[in-house]
Amino acid sequence: MSKITLKVNGETHTVDIDPSTPLLYILRNDLDLRGPRFGCGLGQCGACTVIINGEAVRSCIRPTSSVQGQEITTLEGLAQDGALDPLQQAWIDEQVPQCGFCQNGQILTAKVLLDKNPDPTDAQVRQGMAGTLCRCMTYYRIQAAIKRAAKTIAAAKTQTGNEVVA
Amino acid sequence: MTTFTKIPKEIEEALKKEGRSTSRRDFLRSSGLLVVGIGAASVVHINAPTAAAQAAGPYPDPDFRQLDSWIVIREDNTATFYVGKTDLGQGTGTAFRQIMSDELDIAYDRTSLVMGSTDVTVDQGGSGGSDALQRDGWPVRRVAAEARRVLLELASGQFSTPVDRLTVSEGVITVAADPSKSVTYGELISGRQFNVSLTGDNVNATTGRARLKTVQELKIVGQSIQRYDIPPKVDGSLKWAVDVKLPGMVHARNVKPSVAGAQLISIDESSVQDIPGFIQVVSKGNYVAVICEREEQAIQAARQLQVEWRKPTTAPFPASDDLHRFMRDATPTSNGEPRVVGNPEASLAEAANVVEAEYYVPFQGHTSFGPAHATADPSDDQLTIYSNDMKSYGLRNGVAQFLRMPRDRVRVVWMDGPQAYGRTAADDAGFEAAFLANEIGRPVRVQWMRHEETAWDTKAPAYSFKMRGGLDGQGNLVALDYDIRSVDYNHVGYNEHDSVLIAQLTGVRRTPSAGRASTPSDKYAIPNRRMSTHVVSLPLIWETPLRTGNLRDPDGPQVTFAAESFIDELAAAANADPIEFRMKLLTASDDDDGGFKRARSIATVKAAAEAYDWDTRPSPRPRSAGDILTGRGFAYSYRSETVAAEIVDVEVNRRTGHVWVKRIVCAHDCGLVVNPMGLRHTVECALLHSLSRALHEEVSFDTEKVTSLDWGSHPSLTHADTPESIEVVLVNGDPNPDRPDLPHYGAGEASCKPLLAAVANAIYDATGVRIRRVPFRDARVLAALDSADV
Repeated sequence: MSKITLKVNGETHTVDIDPSTPLLYILRNDLDLRGPRFGCGLGQCGACTVIINGEAVRSCIRPTSSVQGQEITTLEGLAQDGALDPLQQAWIDEQVPQCGFCQNGQILTAKVLLDKNPDPTDAQVRQGMAGTLCRCMTYYRIQAAIKRAAKTIAAAKTQTGNEVVA
Repeated sequence: MTTFTKIPKEIEEALKKEGRSTSRRDFLRSSGLLVVGIGAASVVHINAPTAAAQAAGPYPDPDFRQLDSWIVIREDNTATFYVGKTDLGQGTGTAFRQIMSDELDIAYDRTSLVMGSTDVTVDQGGSGGSDALQRDGWPVRRVAAEARRVLLELASGQFSTPVDRLTVSEGVITVAADPSKSVTYGELISGRQFNVSLTGDNVNATTGRARLKTVQELKIVGQSIQRYDIPPKVDGSLKWAVDVKLPGMVHARNVKPSVAGAQLISIDESSVQDIPGFIQVVSKGNYVAVICEREEQAIQAARQLQVEWRKPTTAPFPASDDLHRFMRDATPTSNGEPRVVGNPEASLAEAANVVEAEYYVPFQGHTSFGPAHATADPSDDQLTIYSNDMKSYGLRNGVAQFLRMPRDRVRVVWMDGPQAYGRTAADDAGFEAAFLANEIGRPVRVQWMRHEETAWDTKAPAYSFKMRGGLDGQGNLVALDYDIRSVDYNHVGYNEHDSVLIAQLTGVRRTPSAGRASTPSDKYAIPNRRMSTHVVSLPLIWETPLRTGNLRDPDGPQVTFAAESFIDELAAAANADPIEFRMKLLTASDDDDGGFKRARSIATVKAAAEAYDWDTRPSPRPRSAGDILTGRGFAYSYRSETVAAEIVDVEVNRRTGHVWVKRIVCAHDCGLVVNPMGLRHTVECALLHSLSRALHEEVSFDTEKVTSLDWGSHPSLTHADTPESIEVVLVNGDPNPDRPDLPHYGAGEASCKPLLAAVANAIYDATGVRIRRVPFRDARVLAALDSADV
């Protein structure tokens, strides 16, 4: 056991754990977060996804010691100042989830996708999301929601730009 | 038994917020709305001496014959509905709120809904069979209508005005002649109980005296109201069954037998003694679990525990590659009485053209996205199981029997969970958590690992088909012979105390169930037809990962794959357009069409063809040049009262064998639509679930164990496979969608049935090659194309 400091959703936590423990169990069981979930424990499905340094990371296979001190964002940390992220809002507008168990991974993977490529083609969305599974098969709606969010984000940027110019 | 406080405050507060806490039970108890022991003798064989020796338990059954068990109206004029159903993510909760709000005449956003927790909602069985609206929608409508009637009577007394001179809108009753006189529901009932008895021989028949609204009077039904469960699912605030934490809770992981049918010889507990937090190994018969303080410790201990198993002396099953041959050669354990119309043999002998084909569908699993889990709390001489099991009532009854506890000391708190379309391993995990908590006297959370879930969940039975069809000289289908075999002996039911996995592993044996082989559901008029069914058994029927259970529909995807592929083969043999060929079969019937199933089939097939813009021609189409071959395919079927007709476009890559379904059109008639958007999404997802089964899914095994264990060895549909376009056409109750009594039918499963055949038929249309075995993985399609020189 050793003491490890984690920065999660802007807050700092110190936990006393076996440092090789996958991050997922620390987030869920020590920090009481519900966004990241266990789906496979193999890094195959995406249920456990968190964002670290702008990358979508599978927390079920990431040793906690390796993320010490890095900024970790979970689904709970996506909303800013009480406002949902445009992706979360698009998920509601498109009524994406069925059971919803995978949607943590879908939303966070889409977040990183759009952060890197704000205007992806259909093929880029398919490819970029291909490793994030949904067994209710909400893929069609997820892809619609990603496109919707991309438009919202682009429109907001344009508006901000105009305001600056004005 | 150690006592670990009461239900933790955090959980109780969450439940209280949702209206299902102890205060709810107190509310029910105060007016005798809880029925102690009702039906217990007939439902469950309680261990009588134990039951008699103890005082009444804390969890008697809510009485379905009391209005207060279903609806609570508060002073602030809000209502909470209590239904004994569970929502697996298809929006049935929202739909229940809509139909109940509508009948009660209260705004939707002034209502809430509590589902499926056995101590606070009446037993409507949880979910299954796509019957949420078709069957259970009726009692909930009737009780809501009855509450409205009672409230109108109260207002009538208050205003000394006859009920027919009152109007009601959004929970406010007004004297028609004097709008200054009005009262809200909340003011009328103001936190008191209705104390109104209902009638009905069973929960499905529950009714009051009120009449239901006609379809034309319904205002909230038919609206695409957004699902209330979606915002907390996307902002991370929802508390799922996996999130339950209890004071003193420990973590368990199972250690499954090394191979199917293996017998436990010994466990070397010293092999895990060094793991921090290790508490103990619990084993009984061939069931083994490790328990640790922390989750990752339990995972480590389950991996590390040294267990010696003895393999069975005979192979438990053939390898998956040999299963089709095994099924054909096996002596069935049972043969259904053939269903015969006319004289198929004579007709086939005289037919101008006889077509014969064999089809095969392998075992396919649920492979739930989130492995099975449950948490059980044995404190205070009661047992609470926190579970996502879709049949929470069955879980409660089954666990009570398994542990020989009185039912009124056991409850299941139902919470959201991962995808479940039938008999999943959530049943098994619920029993395991209960068993382990009972054994060690502490709250236990158990979760299966990915490899356990994929290998050991229940499987949809494999099917093999032999088909013959006879065409006359004009290309008319005159004879059809289906001969169907399924591997379904000892099919497990839901939450049976003598068939769940831990029961099997601990040596419980019941009389094996006969299983079933299902027949197609269509409304084709074929003058000579025979449908024969046979069930075969694998050598090992107990403690096997190839145990069969209901998976979405449950056998329709397999049966409709073969049936609707073969109809397509016959259409091609007749050089007829596949839809025109079927329409001839549908319109040739002269039966009385009770329930309009034939008329609705015709209307739905037409709606699909119209939406697709289908032009009439036989399959296959002239093969296109280039690597990508394109084609279209059609299939249709019924499920219960719901009909679905589906058309897909495919692209087949002739160099790689890869199939992409580019477009899906599904015409769907489930009668009265409660929430069009919710219905469309459910249908879309059901289509893609079947597409996953068509393209990817198969359980692989050698002669001693399942070898498909994760998403690599058991692939699933991905984003990359998603069609470019999915169109769902809601047909809505032809021939008279405006009838005042149009019923609401089920929608969770019907659209799953035809899709596999539609894809196979489209591959044939594109390539001229018929794929008669699921799944259509690249290598299989490529081999078929190569052998046909495509």
